[in-house]
Amino acid sequence: MQLALIVLLPFIGAVLPALMIRAGRNACATTTFAVTLTALLILLSLAPRVFAGEVVQYRLEWLPSLGLDVNFFVDGYGLLFAGLILFIGLLIITYARYYLAKEDPMGRFMAYLLLFQGAMVGVVLSDNILLLLIFWELTSLTSFLLIGYWSHLPEGRQGARMALVVTGSGGLSLIGGMLILGQIAGSYDISVIITRAEVIQQSPYYIPALLLILGGCFTKSAQFPFHFWLPHAMAAPTPVSAYLHSATMVKAGIFLLGRLWPALAGTDAWFYIVTTTGLATMVIGAWIALFKDDLKGLLAHSTVSHLGLVTFLFGIGTPFAAMAGVFHIINHAAFKAALFMNAGIIDHEAGTRDIRQLGGLVHLMPISATMAFIAALSMAGIPPFGGFMSKEFMLEAAAHTAWFGLGFDPAVGLVATIGALFSVAYSLRYIGHVYLGPKRDDYPHAPHDPPFGMWAPPAVLVAMVVLIGLVPNPVVGPLLATSAAAVIGGELPYYSLSLWHGLTPALFMSIVAVIGGYLLLTRHTAAIVFRARFWRPEAKELFEAAVAASIGWARRGTWALQNGSLQRYLAALTGMALLGGFVTYLAAPGSLGSEPMLPVPALALVAWLMLAAACGAVVFRHRQRLFTLVLVGVIGVIVSLGFLYLSAPDLALTQISVEVVSVVLLLLALNFLPKTTPVESPLPRKARDAVLAVFAGIGVTTAVYAVLTRDFSSISEFHLANAYKGGGGTNVVNIILVDFRGLDTFGEIIVLGIAALCIVALLDTAMQGASGRRIANWQVDMKRSADRHPLLLVVGTRVMLAFALAVGAYIFLRGHNEPGGGFIAGLVVSIALIMQYMASGFAWAQRRAGLDYHAVIGWGVIVAGLTGVGSWLFDYPFLTSWFDYITLPIVGTFEVASAIAFDLGVFLCVVGSVMLALARLSRVGRIAEHLEVAEGAMDVDPRDVPNGAAAAIAAASPAAAK
Amino acid sequence: MELLVASAIGLLFAAGTYLLLRGRTFPVVIGLTLLAYGVNALIFAMGRLHTDRPPVLSLELESYADPLPQALVLTAIVIAFGMTAFVVVLILRSFLEVGSDHVDGSEPHDPATPHHYPDGSARPADRPEGVGIGGGRS
Repeated sequence: MQLALIVLLPFIGAVLPALMIRAGRNACATTTFAVTLTALLILLSLAPRVFAGEVVQYRLEWLPSLGLDVNFFVDGYGLLFAGLILFIGLLIITYARYYLAKEDPMGRFMAYLLLFQGAMVGVVLSDNILLLLIFWELTSLTSFLLIGYWSHLPEGRQGARMALVVTGSGGLSLIGGMLILGQIAGSYDISVIITRAEVIQQSPYYIPALLLILGGCFTKSAQFPFHFWLPHAMAAPTPVSAYLHSATMVKAGIFLLGRLWPALAGTDAWFYIVTTTGLATMVIGAWIALFKDDLKGLLAHSTVSHLGLVTFLFGIGTPFAAMAGVFHIINHAAFKAALFMNAGIIDHEAGTRDIRQLGGLVHLMPISATMAFIAALSMAGIPPFGGFMSKEFMLEAAAHTAWFGLGFDPAVGLVATIGALFSVAYSLRYIGHVYLGPKRDDYPHAPHDPPFGMWAPPAVLVAMVVLIGLVPNPVVGPLLATSAAAVIGGELPYYSLSLWHGLTPALFMSIVAVIGGYLLLTRHTAAIVFRARFWRPEAKELFEAAVAASIGWARRGTWALQNGSLQRYLAALTGMALLGGFVTYLAAPGSLGSEPMLPVPALALVAWLMLAAACGAVVFRHRQRLFTLVLVGVIGVIVSLGFLYLSAPDLALTQISVEVVSVVLLLLALNFLPKTTPVESPLPRKARDAVLAVFAGIGVTTAVYAVLTRDFSSISEFHLANAYKGGGGTNVVNIILVDFRGLDTFGEIIVLGIAALCIVALLDTAMQGASGRRIANWQVDMKRSADRHPLLLVVGTRVMLAFALAVGAYIFLRGHNEPGGGFIAGLVVSIALIMQYMASGFAWAQRRAGLDYHAVIGWGVIVAGLTGVGSWLFDYPFLTSWFDYITLPIVGTFEVASAIAFDLGVFLCVVGSVMLALARLSRVGRIAEHLEVAEGAMDVDPRDVPNGAAAAIAAASPAAAK
Repeated sequence: MELLVASAIGLLFAAGTYLLLRGRTFPVVIGLTLLAYGVNALIFAMGRLHTDRPPVLSLELESYADPLPQALVLTAIVIAFGMTAFVVVLILRSFLEVGSDHVDGSEPHDPATPHHYPDGSARPADRPEGVGIGGGRS
């Protein structure tokens, strides 16, 4: 539990500084400090057990089916890293309190810092590698926030982005590698994985796993050729650089190399890849550092170089080298954090980090100078400081390492010595060109030593550097022993923590490096000239070019599909759907079933031929829109006949009545649209669309045929069995609609109502703006009949109205037991009303109908909803239907069901929606044609004609009778 | 019969797909209507084909056609009408608004290669007005 708490504390605590900043900067920093200190104290409380050789564990099942569990463990190695992260974190928090300017939002900074800290501690304490991966990604994300903290600076944003891209893509590689590793080892727990080296190294997947994991580690730890992001991350505030590049972020890759060392190290592949990368990084980083004029740039490349050194040591694969690597991690964390803070002090107090503008600061900033001397000498590997010892170990290991099994091979030792030589040169440059030399009078600010709070944190680290050098055994002896033992996973090799090891090869290499480094620095100007002769790749430009190229390709790819043309989108969409369908089908052949087929009556064949002809005509004659509309009507009728033949009377009724209203609606719309379609698609596009269409047809035919010939069992048995018992009706389709799936139907009538309201919204606003002007200037483009409201139609529909309404009522009432119901009745009644509108004009009929269709829709939904709610009164769930049989005198026994009220709601909603849509559309038509609302029902009132027959007709007309 | 129904549905899909890919709005709406027929028939067919066995309980029939797909399709037909009505009003409004019934909201510059930039570059100046979100007004 304590273990999980160490990880959780910084995350939970991250809220506090964001809040405490309201109480001032001191309160904010103190809270942050307290959070980190608590986590550190909990960790230290576990330390005795770890030193006693115990592995402290915390396990909690999270998603065991995925192998993802919240498993933490701390051994010596984890303790070392967690301790460094939290301890240096404390120093950084103190330092940042004084470093950040008043206008910098400190609350945000501290919150980011704690989040990052939590992610780092999570990485080093996770046992489950999937959990580790989560924290690993979190470090990439939170470091992005920290590096880009000064988001107003373009360098900050670019540096943060670059770091995120490089470490983030490395993280992806790591995920792949870790998953493979977990599969090989049969466990996702590190504590198990590191015991299965043999299984892992003999697996054929060892090499891919290794390469992917190294991809993650090398990007994170800025190994060549991924080192370029680290110097650009220097745009961050100095406390961030000090934290990220000494003990945390970049150490994560190194940490993982060490953590998985027992499982992965020792093979040829590991040796050649890791050692070579490490050596190359060490030398290249040190060489570049020598020429950086920016203090932080120098330190950044020095960090790259030292990370290369540790990588090199882990790569060698011997326990001694691994121990040396762990030791150098400790030393590097101490002197590098101190130097970064020192660079920040110079920047803060002298106003510049440019070495060319500095020099002679030893006279003005004696405290900072002393600390810088000690830390830089440790970095150079000069006795009696800690860095000397780990560098000696490194040279010792290098001297005994041979490439390609040649026995004694001086190449490795030579390259390592060159790396050490450059390291000496840039370390001495930090001392010589910044602090020594004559005092200058052109510093941007007047330099002086910083306040105590700013120099105290590096002072602590410098004290550590000195103590490790002078009395190594009591200071780091036990820690080094436990943590190195945890990495090696076995017996510790012999080593002695002392400054003098006798006249070893390492000592001579050291001497060469120190003297050579000093000489190189004295010829610094010549070296600059020498370096300028060669072409050097500019990492930032290459990176930007690569990013720009990939964006270009992405844009090109997007543009190929998303070029702003709907036709392109739909073709791509259809094509992909077809591809998916056909690939799936062809991958599983023989999916056709063997059920016997129904016989084909001659009439069905005729209907099929008519449908085929109509489809063909629609396709080939689609430019004549009115004709197309007629054909659509034909197809609709054939489909509804098909429903009728295939035992679906309800569907046939619905389809045929929908057909009528759709055709009316499309005609009304077509009134305004062009009546023909221009010829414009080029032949290739037509061919493309034809191919897509043909394949769509073939695919659907095959799929439907395959289904129809297969064996079948349906859940409908339940509906058939319970329709009468539970729903009180015999028309199962209707019972399903109003009872079993009543909520579905309720939703659907609401959708229908909303569609109608959207149509109103679209048409009522059409009178304004460009659309309004077009309507105002619209010219009738088709011949109009002289008869606006023909006499025969008016009289005929008047007579029909009563019958149609009666049919509607009949269909509605019988719906529960016979084909019919609210939907169909609604459509039939709508058709009856539309006929009146067509005969006598919209406004005339509307005035007499006196119905507000908005309200009809609303009432429909309310009635249906209330019926549902009604069942609550009887303690039943929403929409439970109720029915009973009532016996009245004369009428006899009949059924009363609550479902009929629900169906009434459906009915009202359908009538309202259909009528509202059509009414609004025809209103636009009347306005566009500048027609007056007709006074009478017909164009000519028969009573005005002196003719007996006309008078008789007029008397029969209900409208005229008024 | 099964093959006949399957191929009829396939025909509706083929014709609907072809019209869906046309460049003017009205054929697209017609295509959608055909596709709606096809889809409804397809869902209906998932309950298998039966003759003379409507799912209306009676004493004469032993077994019935599957009522569930029928119920689903019944509402689907009505919803398809709602959708057609909405889309047709939408294209009408769009036509009135921009004065073109092309699916991209404006007349193509060159009828041979409308809106197609072979080099794949984005040239906002050349892009037809009204393409994309926020467009559509002339």
